[in-house]
Formats: sequence, C-alpha cells, structure tokens
Amino acid sequence: MNLRSFAIRYGFLLLLLGLVLFFSVVAEGFAGPRSAVFIFQSVSITGILALGVTATLVVDGFDLSIGSVATTALMLSAYVMVVLEMSAVTAIIACLIMGAFVGLVNGLLIVKARVPDLLATLGMMFLLIGLQRIPTEGRSISTGMKLPSGETAEGVYSQSFLWLGRHRLDFFLENLIPIPVIIFLLVGVFIWLFLELTRHGRLMYAIGSNETATALAGANVNKYKILAYVISGITASIGGILLSARLGRGDIASGNNLLLDSVAAALIGFAVLGAAKPNAFGTAIGALFVGVLLQGLTMMNAPYYTQDFVKGSVLVIALIFTFALSSKGRKTSH
Amino acid sequence: MELACQVSGIVKSFGPNQVLKEVDLELPSATITVLMGANGAGKSTLVKILCGVHKADAGNVTLFGENFSPASPSDAFQSGVVTVHQTINNGVIPDLDVASNLMIDRLAESSAGFFLRTDQLRAEARKVAATMDLDLDITAAVKDLGLADRQMIAIARAMTRKPKLLILDEPTSSLSANEAKRLFKLLSNLKEQGVAILYISHRMSDIRAIADRIVTMRDGKISGIFDGPSLDYEGAVTAMLGQKMVHGKLQLQEKGTPIFELRDAKLSKYGNPFDLVFYKNEIIAITGLLGSGKTAVASAMFGLNPLFEGDMLLHGEPYNPKSPADAISKGIFMCPKDRSTNAVVSDFDITNNMVLPFLDRHSWFSFLKPKNLERKATLSISELGIVCQSELDLVTTLSGGNQQKVMIGRWLSEKSEVLLLDEPFQGVDIKARRDIGSQIRQSSKDRATLVFVAELDEAVEIADKIVVLHEGSYAGIFENKESNIVDILSLYSGKPPGTLAEARGSLNG
Repeated sequence: MNLRSFAIRYGFLLLLLGLVLFFSVVAEGFAGPRSAVFIFQSVSITGILALGVTATLVVDGFDLSIGSVATTALMLSAYVMVVLEMSAVTAIIACLIMGAFVGLVNGLLIVKARVPDLLATLGMMFLLIGLQRIPTEGRSISTGMKLPSGETAEGVYSQSFLWLGRHRLDFFLENLIPIPVIIFLLVGVFIWLFLELTRHGRLMYAIGSNETATALAGANVNKYKILAYVISGITASIGGILLSARLGRGDIASGNNLLLDSVAAALIGFAVLGAAKPNAFGTAIGALFVGVLLQGLTMMNAPYYTQDFVKGSVLVIALIFTFALSSKGRKTSH
Repeated sequence: MELACQVSGIVKSFGPNQVLKEVDLELPSATITVLMGANGAGKSTLVKILCGVHKADAGNVTLFGENFSPASPSDAFQSGVVTVHQTINNGVIPDLDVASNLMIDRLAESSAGFFLRTDQLRAEARKVAATMDLDLDITAAVKDLGLADRQMIAIARAMTRKPKLLILDEPTSSLSANEAKRLFKLLSNLKEQGVAILYISHRMSDIRAIADRIVTMRDGKISGIFDGPSLDYEGAVTAMLGQKMVHGKLQLQEKGTPIFELRDAKLSKYGNPFDLVFYKNEIIAITGLLGSGKTAVASAMFGLNPLFEGDMLLHGEPYNPKSPADAISKGIFMCPKDRSTNAVVSDFDITNNMVLPFLDRHSWFSFLKPKNLERKATLSISELGIVCQSELDLVTTLSGGNQQKVMIGRWLSEKSEVLLLDEPFQGVDIKARRDIGSQIRQSSKDRATLVFVAELDEAVEIADKIVVLHEGSYAGIFENKESNIVDILSLYSGKPPGTLAEARGSLNG
C-alpha cells in the first residue's frame, strides 16, 4: 500500500484521532467520559438524520426534506400530547407514520411523477415547513398556551416521553449515557447491517451505480428507491421525536440546522476509509468528527458564530479527500 | 463529375488498435455515396476524421483540391463539411422556435447585433425553409415537432452554411417509413444543388432508395466500391461482411426436448406471423441488420415489452412475463447488449457483479452469505478464464473482453431454461470471443440458448441454427451448414424471401 492509498483510506480517521489528541492536550476537561458523552449527545440527532439521508444517497438520490420532517415530528408530538392530550405512545406512532408517509410521497414523486429528487424533496421541505405552522397559527406549543379556538391547551408532555430525551443510563459512572445516544447507535447498527450485509442493501448500492443494469438483473428498482425515502423519512421522524423529548415543548424555531448538519455528516462519511460512496459507518464517523471539532473549539472558547464556518471547511476538505484524491471518486462522476 | 472530397491513405490508431488501415475514398459532388460497414469496421472513425473530431495519424484529405485537415468540428463546419449525427437532438434546440433554430448559427456570429430582430430573423428563416421545401410553421417550438421534422430542421440548419459535403450518420434510425421518404426527397434536392452526400446506413431499404454509389468497409479498409447504373446490393453485403464466409468446424449438437415456443408471433405492424420452437441443448442465433426486430424478440421473452402480436409458451404453458424479475424466476435469463449501460455495475467488484441477479438465492433471511458469493465468483472466473488478480477486483479495472466474460458468467452461474444473449461479442477481442463462445456451447446442455447478433459471421461461429429477421419481419430459419450460407446471406441482405420457400419452414416443428 503506497502513501497515497494509505492517506485515502485512513487519512480521515487519523485526522479525527489527531483532533482528539490535540484537544485533550490543549483544552482542559476535553479528555474524559463526560465530555465524550456530551459529544455523542450533541451529534446523536443529526447523526440519526444523516443515517437516513445516507440511504437515499446510496440509491443515487437525495433527501432535502429530512430537516423539515424532523421539525414536523417535533410539532406533531407536541400537538398530540399537549393539545389532543393523548399518550406518549400515540405521539410516537403518529410521528413514525408521518415520517414514513412523507418518505413514501417523496419516493412516489421521484419514481412515478419523475420529479428530480432534489426538487421533489425541496418541494416537500417547503410544504412541511408551512404545514407544521398551520394548526397553531405559527406559535410554539406548550402547556397552557392559547389555542386558535380560544381554549387553553391542558395536556402535558408525559414523563415517559421526556425520558427518551433526557434520561441517562448508568455505565461505570452514574447517569452517564443519554438515551438518544443509545438510539443513535441502534439506528446506526441497523442501517449498517441493512446496507452492508443484506441483499436489499446490496441492490440499493447497485441501483446507485447503474440503475438500468440493476433493473435488467431483475431488481424492482422503483420499490427500492421508494424504500430509501421511507427509511429516510422514518429516521428523520425519530430524530424529531428525540428533539421534542429533549426540549419538552413544540418549539417552532428549533431544528433549523438539522438539514445542513446531517447532510454534511453523510457527505463527510464518503471520505472515511476511502469508501468514496455513501456508507453508514462513515456517516456516523462524519457526525462524530463534526461533534469533536465543535466541542473542542467551544472548550477553547471559540465563539459560537464560527461553528458553521468550521463545519463547512470540514465538509470541503472531506469532499476533496473523496473526489480529488481517490481515483474511484473520479470514475463515479457519471 | 467534379470531385468534392478525396481521402487518401488515412491511418488511425487508438492505442495498439489500428482502426483505419490506409483508407482511400472519393466523394464526387452531386452524388449520394452510401457507406456500409459492420460494427467496428471503422465507419464512425472515418466520419469523425472528416468532421474534425479526430485527427488522422497519416494520410490526407482534400476538399475541392485543397488540403483539408480540420482542427475541430466548427473548423470543418466553416470549410463546408457538415455532419448530421445519429442523435437528432444534438442538431436542434428543443425550446426555441423553428426560425431561431434555422438561424442559430447566424445568431452566434459575432457580427450579429445585440438585439434580436424577430421579423428579419423569420423572413430569412422562411427563405431557408423554402429552398429546402420545408413546409413548417416557423414559429412553432421544435419540441412540439416530430422526429422527422426535427431531423429536417437539423439538416436545413446545416444548409444555411452552404455545405459542400454533407455527412449523415444513420439518419433514418428513428424515423418511420413515411418520414424517411421526406428525408430522401430532401436529399435528392440537395444532390441536384451539387452537394456531395456521404450517407451511412445499414438499412437496405434506404440504400436501395437513394444510393448512387455504395462503398463498403471492413476491418478498417475499403472492401468494395459499387458504381454504375444498376448496383449490386448483394455483392455489397458480401463485401461488407467479408468476401467469403468462413464456416467454422462446428460440431452441431443433437437437439433435446422442446422448451419454448413462439406461436403466430408478429414483431411489428409490417411483420409476417411465424412460429418457432426452441429446443434443449440447442443454440439458435437470431440475426438481422439493425432494426430487423431482434430486440423485439428478446425484450418480449425477458418481460420488458409484450410481444407485438402472438403467444409465447414455456414448457407448453402460456408464458407472459410481467417484468425481468418474473422472467428470471421462470428461468428465462437475458444478458443485455451494450454492457456499460445495461449490465456493468461499475462501483462493484467482480463477485458482486456476477451474483447481482441471484442475491436472493445466496442469502439467509435477506442476509448475504459471503462464502457462497465468493465460491460462485471464483468458479466462474476459472471457467471463463477471466484475467484478474482476485474476485475482489473492481469490474472496471478489467479489459472490455473480461468485463463481458463477467457479464456472461453472471447468467451462466445459475441454471436457466432459456438463455438470451444479446450481442454477447460486442466490443470483445477475438480471444475473449472464442472463450465466451466455447463456454456457451459447453454449458448449453440443459437449456435453449438464443444468441442475438447483427453480424452474420458471429452467428455462423456459434449457432446450431440461424434465424434471419429482416426489417421487423421473420425471413427464415436454417441449419448452420455451409450449403445454407448463400440463402442466409441473401435473406439477411433483404432479398424477397419468396424464392427461398423450400428453405423456410423446413426446420419448423
């Protein structure tokens, strides 16, 4: 293995390791389980969304609606519990169904109506951003708020729902690992297993590389493309549920950054292990990379408004790793 | 007759591959010269040199006595050599109206004013349309017009440059018979205006309609020039395919039980109904020139399109596949032509390319069994003699011939009832062609094998029987014997099949 292929393969992981070491030395309190868990927690929701977008990238698609699906799930869960006064389970099921349904509509728009993926999901993004404001006339949802009908919302977030966002499990240390981190890891393992080890995942990669050839090999291309968007919709709604459980209210202004952050994580993932293709492991590492960088910089007192700049720079460097250095990236530019 | 263009001693190589070997060609003005040649004969390379896409390694071209070596397509265009390519949409801009399309080259000139003068533009466009006998509303958007009209516009647009040599590459491939007639009328108008026309086509009906001369190419050389008041069409086809069809020493196989049947099948509106039965342990080549209906047969059997008319039977039962997946599950496999678009998954390694259609057979509750995949792949690699470092090589690192072996291996790796191979020797060197051929013959015992090839010599090389199709209709079926070659050849080149009644149908049933 020459230096170039070594750099392509392990460059990004080494960079991550280097960053961790650097911050451990420079920023006091960076090295330690609490700090590590904090990083995990900060990336868990964007990570879950990024894993979903990875599934659409695998079939050579793109889902721009994930951020708005997540915020719609946030508003929907709050609406179900606070306004309709229903249970946590109902709220979760409603969100998951909403996510799957949006994914299905995205998929049908792309496959049946032949709308290009970026445009279909862009349209869906606008639609959802608007839709989630209608029931409350644009206001956030919390207990005691005035409803459009003049009544007061009496419902409350149930404790079991809040547990999803706020509970921490004991793991060597007391109250160490938050539930969202566990869910992030579970979703990550699930998507990884699905994409890497099952025939469905293999066919989805084949579709992403050569759709015609895969159809002529007998695969139901449309079904798999729709499935990718349904997966993306469901993971985005899981992200929204966790966000809702962390906030404890239907905050209309939350989740603005979700789309860009998770797309960045998925694209950074291309560079991990020189994959030069969307992959679940890379996506998780990509999300972590951004988290480590932001946490380290924050602990070094970098101002918050530099965050987007830092994320953007990481993304650009990762894309150079993928497309300029790796010969495989060059070939897949068809 | 004035000589418009003279090509002498043109040589062109791509890497080690010599595509043109000293080509000499004369193109007189006011004449339609038809250029015929099989795939890979070097026609398109020759055209690309004339229209400035490629540069010749040796030799020279003169245009009306002056040296002509265009550096770019626009250079050739300026000098009066105009090319209309096979894909019409390269020649027109769909969103603009007819007038703008006709005058687009004028608009692109730097001397054109900043503001459009629509009236003047339309007046000039009308003039151009009139000289070309184009009866069109010049304010209509081109995207609303049919293919023939678009083709006419592409040519008319070319005419605004006053070409001296007009090259048309398979211009009728997307036109109906009526539309083609209009094109021919236009071409004879141009001929009367003194333009030299080089017309590239496989279609005998086109060639009969318009050719003043026929030039055939084979293996990078001019293999025949046919001139004079009555052209020898059959001679031209023979010259295109090779002076003598060399019959291989093929051991014809004993046919087994019948597997697949076509009954009262029609391939197109103009086709004649026919019956065919395919047997076990039999290799049938379905052959015919471009547009003869081979694709219609293959796609009907593989569930891509229904048969135009008629029934298909598999083991005596009606067979109407809804999709390729359906066909595959019933044991009808197809290895499609044009592997890079239709078959190769370029991001995958050899193994995953090989097993792609059969992932469900190599998985346990959807989880893939890597050991199984590896075993399948290594077996096929050794059977077909695929040259690679390991089964984990990316398929795109292989040569064209080896990639094709992977694609063939994909469909040989599982048992099939009927195996359809569409142009299995496309873009494959002679060694790989032999390997693929022998592997197909060796493995053919328990299935019927249909090989769809445009080249007759490939059919002769591999098949037990040869079915000839011609322009969407069935022309005949023959045993692959030396004594039948003459008949096959004449049907292939479009001679009315009436004289061969005794040969037709003698093998049916």
